[in-house]
Amino acid sequence: MRLADALGIAADVRARRVTARAVATRALERVRARNASLNCFTTVLAESALRDAEAVDAAIAAGGDPGPLAGVPFAVKNLLDVAGLTTLAGSKINAGHPPATRDATVVARLRRAGAVLLGALNMDEYAFGFTTENSHYGPTRNPHDPSRVAGGSSGGSAAAVAGGLVPLALGSDTNGSIRVPAALCGIFGLKPTYGRLSRYGAVLFGISFDHVGPLTASVRDLAAAYDVMQGPDPADPVCADRLIEPCLPRVDEGIRDLRIAVADGHFASRGEPEVFATVERVAKALGAVRRVTIPDNDRARAAATIITASEGASLHMDDLKSRPMDFDPMTRDRFLAGALVPAALYVRAQRFRAWYRERVREIFRDVDVLLAPTTPFPAPRIGQEMSTVAGVQVPTRPMLGLYTQPLSFVGLPVISVPVAGASPLPLGVQLVAAPWNEAALFRIAAALERDGVAAARIAG
Amino acid sequence: MSATPEPSPGAAPLPEPSDVARYVDGIAPLLGLPIPPECRDGVVRNLSTLLAAGFLIDDFPVGEAETAPVFEP
Repeated sequence: MRLADALGIAADVRARRVTARAVATRALERVRARNASLNCFTTVLAESALRDAEAVDAAIAAGGDPGPLAGVPFAVKNLLDVAGLTTLAGSKINAGHPPATRDATVVARLRRAGAVLLGALNMDEYAFGFTTENSHYGPTRNPHDPSRVAGGSSGGSAAAVAGGLVPLALGSDTNGSIRVPAALCGIFGLKPTYGRLSRYGAVLFGISFDHVGPLTASVRDLAAAYDVMQGPDPADPVCADRLIEPCLPRVDEGIRDLRIAVADGHFASRGEPEVFATVERVAKALGAVRRVTIPDNDRARAAATIITASEGASLHMDDLKSRPMDFDPMTRDRFLAGALVPAALYVRAQRFRAWYRERVREIFRDVDVLLAPTTPFPAPRIGQEMSTVAGVQVPTRPMLGLYTQPLSFVGLPVISVPVAGASPLPLGVQLVAAPWNEAALFRIAAALERDGVAAARIAG
Repeated sequence: MSATPEPSPGAAPLPEPSDVARYVDGIAPLLGLPIPPECRDGVVRNLSTLLAAGFLIDDFPVGEAETAPVFEP
């Protein structure tokens, strides 16, 4: 049994080759052995995990259907509600809140599919960061080099999968917070279309761009988790009223009919040479020769930054007024500054967003999937303020979102795939589709994985 | 932001840090948002960054783009 293989585990559990309890026990042992050095878990739910696993085994013994993810261990970014657990959202402030009374919708749907929750995972405070250098709970370390960040803000989620602790984790992505850590840790991460997956039970950050999504070590696991989380949710006004569009049955369809292009301009500049080399490797493997230019990406980043800061600050305004010194020094000044942004500027940014969305829609009239790098450089060292990129000194942390931020700004679905052979540290490439066309992303990601161009890197 | 495009014609000039500091000192108390002294420089620096970001989209021609807070990608 490979702990990094969710569907393999589910198949073994369903066929009674192994018990869900044995899987959970082994995963908990792995967490105990590795978490002290990686610092990805903030809470380990050992007792309830074993109890849930036993319930899966009992259902199988009774001839019932335990679900497609039977016995699959998973863990969630600690901004998702778990019944009975206080939802930290990476903060000290929320540690004083009462426990959640019910699971977030996506957590409940995974559990209903038979998955076994192992615990909650570290993140940047209130999701405001790209590195998971959390001053309250410590930095999460990259499983491939513990002196380096795991990325963020879903850094605990990426490290837990890349460290081989769980085969599946949930994260959230506002400006790149699933894709950046997935790329820096060498695993697959999906940010679905805005509104595709329910955000009910998630502590929000930038309400215009918040998404939740899975991180895994394989494309099929990513599709399986995504499929069971899909569907409308009356509890979430942003969640779309759309039918479930399963992607797992489509991963082997091939890519012959898909029009694939490489994003140039913004997405082909200001990164390290090896970053663009990985994009070219993927493009070559897919036979993608066409280049397309999305205009005004710097303005998109600017507008996304203004909206994020304004919305994030407004959500935390009471605490910013009454207890600012309880915020993480890594986020505090940025939240306070966001509270002072003039409303006219916020509205201007939203108007720009509508304009930019139209430009993006025009591009996707004759392209199905775009390729772009995920980050401009591999995982930086913990505490690294500045980086030299293509000979220019840049602030490390905001630059990690250079290529992710314009895409979440307009809610496009994106899978970050880990490119095989990126060395010495992992790098990711974004597969980007028109809204609601996640299926095309899964088909391409699966083809890349099948051909050995994309491969997760799981630390031993 | 590390952005480099030219601002639109007619855009407001980039704010001076001293002007941003005066804005912070003047507006924050009116909002009931006391800025701890040790945070003031960081808040001014970050607000300057946000206003500079605004410089990139200020007066950018967005046509009839709708501003109602309804968004469907």
